[in-house]
Amino acid sequence: MPYLAAGDPDFESSLEYVEALAAGGADVIELGLPFSEPIAEGPTIQQAVVRSLEGGMTPERFFEFVAALDVDVPLVCMTYYNLIYQYGDEPVRSFVERAAEVGIEGVVVPDLPAEEADLLREACDEFGLDLIFIVAPTTAGDRLDRIMERVSGYVYVQARLGVTGARESLSDHTEETLARLEEYDVPKAVGFGISTGEHAASVVEAGADGVIVGSALIEIIAEGHETDDSTAAVAERIESLARELKAGAIEGGQRRPRPERT
Amino acid sequence: MSTDGDDEGEFDGFGGRYVPEPLEAPLEELAETFDSEIDSEAFREELDGLLEHFGGRPTPVFYAETLSERYDADVYFKHEDLLHGGAHKLNNTLGQGLLAKRAGKERLIAETGAGQHGTATAMVGALLDLPVTVYMGTKDVDRQEMNVFRMRLMGAEVEPVTRGNAGLAEAVDAALEDYAENFEDTHYLVGSAVGPDPFPRMVREFQSVIGREAREQILELHGDLPDACVACVGGGSNAIGLFSGFVDDEDVALYGAEPAGKGLDSGEHSAPLSASKQENPQIFQGMKTKVIDEETTNHSVSAGLDYPAVGPEHAALQSLGRAEYHGITDEEALAAFRELSEAEGIIPALEPSHAIALAIKLAEEDRHDTILINLCGRGDKDMQTAAEKFDLR
Repeated sequence: MPYLAAGDPDFESSLEYVEALAAGGADVIELGLPFSEPIAEGPTIQQAVVRSLEGGMTPERFFEFVAALDVDVPLVCMTYYNLIYQYGDEPVRSFVERAAEVGIEGVVVPDLPAEEADLLREACDEFGLDLIFIVAPTTAGDRLDRIMERVSGYVYVQARLGVTGARESLSDHTEETLARLEEYDVPKAVGFGISTGEHAASVVEAGADGVIVGSALIEIIAEGHETDDSTAAVAERIESLARELKAGAIEGGQRRPRPERT
Repeated sequence: MSTDGDDEGEFDGFGGRYVPEPLEAPLEELAETFDSEIDSEAFREELDGLLEHFGGRPTPVFYAETLSERYDADVYFKHEDLLHGGAHKLNNTLGQGLLAKRAGKERLIAETGAGQHGTATAMVGALLDLPVTVYMGTKDVDRQEMNVFRMRLMGAEVEPVTRGNAGLAEAVDAALEDYAENFEDTHYLVGSAVGPDPFPRMVREFQSVIGREAREQILELHGDLPDACVACVGGGSNAIGLFSGFVDDEDVALYGAEPAGKGLDSGEHSAPLSASKQENPQIFQGMKTKVIDEETTNHSVSAGLDYPAVGPEHAALQSLGRAEYHGITDEEALAAFRELSEAEGIIPALEPSHAIALAIKLAEEDRHDTILINLCGRGDKDMQTAAEKFDLR
């Protein structure tokens, strides 16, 4: 499950990159709608947000972007609550209605706590969207229950504390968090710090149903942008990393210990 | 008044806690620590002792004779510029510093604009033996050099923030990122009544000593309550501290002076309450509050006021009609800065110069007979700006 900031570095190239992800075997694609004040995004995604905003990205433009995409993969919109709250005449409902119209199937809102999400939950139910929540290494007890009561689609398992960004090694928190979630019957997608097929394999082996990769893909776009590579060349690299991640995830699934039969 | 800040930190529909999931648990824990410590006698005693012996409280209220005669009104100042460090910021940093220590935190981080809050955090870090990192926009590092030197001298690390507008809002972002990574051993000592719950109500509580003292002092000095209280509002911590002493006195009018920069219509200011055309509040840096319009460039001559949003309780006080907020331009603030220096022998910081300018306007319009102004900081840090502006070389 890859993540890209829509419109990074520009509208047209970004369309091709998203299509490359689909060609590389993505099962779900998370599309970031850039917000000028993101909290807890690492430098890689922040730079992507800046490039996209400088390229003229707005919520309206984002919906045009989604409508223009030619992919056959479920699309999830990841954005900050202010944009959802400010859009249109009716706070929250207008945004969700428009998102449903262009074919978005779910939303993730990193800065919206479950306790404040009733309005969004209602709108998502009305228009048939999934509402995905993030569970962190620090989420436990009542908070975890409150989140799991309201989640639909999948739960985004944040593998580590701190901000987003590709890392060398995986966090020990992942297994702990997955264990805490075992009793809940919702698919678990693990993100934060995953950058290689091997990472993907070990996360799936540890019990995840999917992996979310953002910064590692965005780094490819950033490098291509700096060195002025052709969109086609960058798209090819993106597709190839998507393939590697997918293969890793499948491999991880096969490595998973089979339940013992008695 | 329903602006007390309930359990979820809601001030009449403003406030709240809009943060990424990993920050929820630590902020919940902080709120619990605050709620229990603030009622504990041991904590109160320790804080009051330090405010008195380290900070120099109570700060006096002063009757400004020349200004009073000039504008035909009784003008009083609450002398927060006389608090150790030269601004009201220490009230809050001492409170939060002690709280952090009691919660077992081993490190303090802070954002700063003018450098006053960073300095007050560095002071408390040195006092309580906690290492301090201060995030400060490069724009402010340049114009508030003296405070950078003070912070470093007291052992704090000053991290210049280069992103975006390189100002206070970006310094908050950088500090939040550090906090997201390190909250297990780190306390984020927020400097104003802004951000996610519990910060707005916690900062208000620690600054409420200003209003409590001022109310007693003016009753003794003047024999009556003032007709109006005036304070400058960036994030709004000194103002909420003063207002909290008078908010239940319905006959006392409350005024916030916002930085109108080059003018409320210029497109360059930091005055969301007096200028924003947005009817709906926005979600900004973890809170629901008023923010300047998207087309407006965040600007004020005063580094301590150029924040694009405002504390949620001020947004609530405005929407309830309990307080009024007015814009004061850079030029008006600079004129008041000079006027107080010449008339009373007090050099105010550029921040409270906004409050002084608004108070003068109110007196000129004959709206109030007795005006209490919060002189929340001294002007030493602004000498560079003054030297250029008034040709003092």
